[in-house]
This record gives sequence, structure tokens and C-alpha cells, in this order.
Amino acid sequence: MKQVQAVIIGGGSAGLSAAVTLKKQGISDVLVIEKDEEPGGILEQCIHNGFGLQTFKEQLSGPAYAERFIKMAQEQNVKILLNTTVTKLTADRTVEYVNAEEGVVQVQAGAVILAVGCYERPRGGINITGTRPAGIYTAGQAQRYLNIDGYMVGKRVFILGSGDIGLIMARRMTLEGAKVIGVAELMPYSNGLPRNMKQCLEDFNIPLLLSHTVSKVFGKDRLERIEVVAVDENRNPIAGSEQYFDVDTLLLSVGLIPENHLADHAGIVMDPSTKGPAVDDRYMTSAEGIFACGNGLHVHDLVDFVTLQAERAAEGAAAYLKSGKRKGSALHIRNGNQISYCVPSQFYPEDPAEKLTVYFRVRTPLDRGTLVIRSGEQIIRQVKKQKLLPSVMEEAVLTAKQMAVLTDDITIEITEEG
Amino acid sequence: MEKELICVNCPMGCRLTAVIEDNKVVSVTGNRCPRGKAYAETECIRPERILTTTVRITGGIHRVLPVISEQALPLDRIMEAMEVLRTVQVQAPVTVGDIIAADILGTGINIVASRSMDAC
Repeated sequence: MKQVQAVIIGGGSAGLSAAVTLKKQGISDVLVIEKDEEPGGILEQCIHNGFGLQTFKEQLSGPAYAERFIKMAQEQNVKILLNTTVTKLTADRTVEYVNAEEGVVQVQAGAVILAVGCYERPRGGINITGTRPAGIYTAGQAQRYLNIDGYMVGKRVFILGSGDIGLIMARRMTLEGAKVIGVAELMPYSNGLPRNMKQCLEDFNIPLLLSHTVSKVFGKDRLERIEVVAVDENRNPIAGSEQYFDVDTLLLSVGLIPENHLADHAGIVMDPSTKGPAVDDRYMTSAEGIFACGNGLHVHDLVDFVTLQAERAAEGAAAYLKSGKRKGSALHIRNGNQISYCVPSQFYPEDPAEKLTVYFRVRTPLDRGTLVIRSGEQIIRQVKKQKLLPSVMEEAVLTAKQMAVLTDDITIEITEEG
Repeated sequence: MEKELICVNCPMGCRLTAVIEDNKVVSVTGNRCPRGKAYAETECIRPERILTTTVRITGGIHRVLPVISEQALPLDRIMEAMEVLRTVQVQAPVTVGDIIAADILGTGINIVASRSMDAC
């Protein structure tokens, strides 16, 4: 079997950034496997701006951001296999891929980085009753048709879910001449970034119906009409609140889920709160030498954070290739009050990083609260926070000095003030 | 008069407070960078937005090419700019930053390619 020092699965923002970092760390034999016909991943269809403010100190479109990393990868002579799908990964780091030129190939990797991205929750994942007409798409699918393939998916559009892609597609479809009737959100608050509420909905007077959902679709061949209902605090439909809208297109922006079937099949331990692999502070999964980063680990709202995380994961993979297993045993990082997830979820106090950034999200919007990092009963750090939103990823930072003395698991929590 | 705004410059989405006197912004707070101040100043008088869209391309890997306005355009002229860009067709190869539509609507602002696309 062919041996490769490092295989990166996925050539999007996480994979490219990890590849460049591995090369800079002196790992010469790096192979990126990408299923699409060009590298860049989801960035290629995110033609709006707002990318790169942290990485490049300027505002770029998604394709322009990707192009910078594609160029860096080329300059570092990273080998990228395109039109190639990984079909299997095992815990001993055998990677099986398939493409039209080579057929089915197995390689043995010294280290593997999963940079596999996420997928959109489809119609089947939420309960909408009715017929099965054409005209119902996930928002990202419609985004690809429009921004890469050049096809409009409809003229009268309704959007279910206020995730960022849904909001961005509301603006995009409007610019292209469609009429966006409205956006319904099941929760009593928006799931998108505040800037997208402003520039994608308010700018174009598109109404947002909070605590509403689509309950039924009508249409034989093509979508003709939808039923929208208000929901109560338990998210149950309120009888008598039905409204009907005549639309030919329904876009779903109802959640992103890390793509995890490769990791699952390899027997890697999953974190139920992120639905991605559980990782330590070097982004290594439960399988030795297999690392994970980007949206395949947990869903990010900013590509700049994906880039940073992929760099950390690549540094972790490089350290593993150079010196193997780490010293000591891991402590856990646990979700406390109001925290929906923490990444990473483990760290090694006897072998601490210079600084550990823990990414987390809150469960519900909070006007103000205090971020508390505890180890057992001992409070390590407290930081006052304002305007915490589930749609905005937050960070908690621990220094090597703080970590080195710990013997108990860490809990991250938000204490609320009255 | 005080106005609460959300800066749309970047995903940080800073919450700004602008104080307006005689149709002029006299102070801005809540911004974490100079872009926020500039945003509040135009937003209260005449909002401006970066426009991103696609134009038709032939001879490239895809049928459309993503483009971006080099600077923000007046929000009230965005739909007009879209009308112009709907008629634009370019030929691959294109390099990121190439001017696709110069001086759009006489604003002095260029619409440029936001990626490169080789001929194939």
C-alpha cells in the first residue's frame, strides 16, 4: 500500500489551510483529497463579502478568500487530488478513495486530518407534511445552482429558517429579480448574524416571522402554495393561526450538521453536542493520528475561525508525526449552564499548549452574563459578557500556566444576572 | 437624535449608537474599528452597500463569474446596478480584480472579478 505522511480529507477552507500549515511545519508529503472539480469548498458559492477581516485584514468575497489559500497551497507544492471521493477511513489511518483515473485506491497515512465540512438538514429532517413537488431546496443547494451553475431556482420564494445562508439567499434571490415573500423562524429569535438580519432582510423589506414554521406544502409537479403557522413556547402549532402563501419555491435554512460518516465508520468517538468528533486541544480525535477541524468538527459562522482552527489541527498533526503520543492523560472540558457545546472537549495538563482557545455557543440569547471557567469548585477565570447569541460563536481562553496546575475536569458556564 | 445601528461591514456586527444633529452624525460609539464610524456616518444619511453578484462567462469552468463592487454603492441604486450587470458577458480567462464593469452607473466605482477563472 502506498504510504503518505499526511492525508487531508477535504480541499475547502479548513483543508487548504491545514495543508499550507503542515508544509510550513516541515511535513513534505501532504495529499489533499477533494471531491469537487476545483478546490475551495463552500467558499466558491459564498460570493458575498465579509470574509478574511481577521486573516487578511481586508474584506473579501468567499471565492477571493479561497483563491488566496489555493495559491498558497500551490506555492507550497501541496498535491491536491480533485474529483476524488474518500469512501472509507479506518482507525489505523488507511484511507480509501475513488476517482475516474485511478479507480479505487488505498493509502496508508501517517496522520489524517478530517476537513470534511458539513451538510444541510434536509426536508426529511423536519416534519413538513404535504406533497413532494419540485421547488423545495436547501438554501445552500439553491446558492450553488445560482452562484456556480448560473440557474435561478424560482420566482416567488419563501424561506424557512433564519440561518445565515437563508438570509443571504433572501437577498441574493431578490437581487436576481425574485420576490421573497418572507422568512419564518421556529424560535422566538433569529438564528443568523445580526448584520445579515440588517443587510439581507431589512434592506429589502423582507418580513421575518419569528415563532412561525411551514406546516404544509401544496402542489403536484411544482410547489404552488405553503401553509405557515405560529407556534407556542413549546414549538407546537397554534390552531387557527394558519396563513397561506402562493410560492413556487421554498428554501430551507434549518441547520448545518458536521459531515461525519467517515469518522463514524472509523469508530471515532462523537461529541453529541456538536455532532462532530470529540477532539483534544491539538484537535486529535479518539483515533490516534486522526485529527479534525472546520465545519466537519463543529459548524462555524466565520471562515477566519476555520482557518485558525485548521492551523492548530495541522500543528497538532505535525507534532504527532514528529513525536508520537503525548504525555499524561487528558482532562475533559464540559458544557455547564447555558452552554450548548465546547470545542475542544479535552486537554492534556502535563503537555499544555501555550494557550488554549475553547470555542463555545450559548443555548439561548442572553443580554448579559458572566463566563465562568471552573475546575471542580475552583474558579479559574471569570469574564463579563454582553449580548450573547446562539448564532455567534464565543471563545474562552486558558493559558499554559492556568492549565498546568489542574487536576480536575473543566466546566465552562455562563452565570446569568437578574 | 440617537440612532441604534448594526454595522454590516464584517461578521462582528458591532452595535453602534450614532448621535445625529442637523442631518449630520456628530458621534459614533460601539464600533471596534474605524470602518464602524464611517458606516454609521453614511448609514444615517444615505446607506451604502458592497454589491456582490455574478455575470455570465463563456469559456470557463462555470457559466457564471462572481463579481464585487470595489467600494460600497448607494443602497438605493443597487437594483439599477443589477440591471446593468444582467447584460454583461465576459470571456475566460479572467484574473481576480479584473475590471468587469467600469464606473458603474457613473458612480466612479468599478465592478471587478472576485475570483480568477482559467479558460478551459
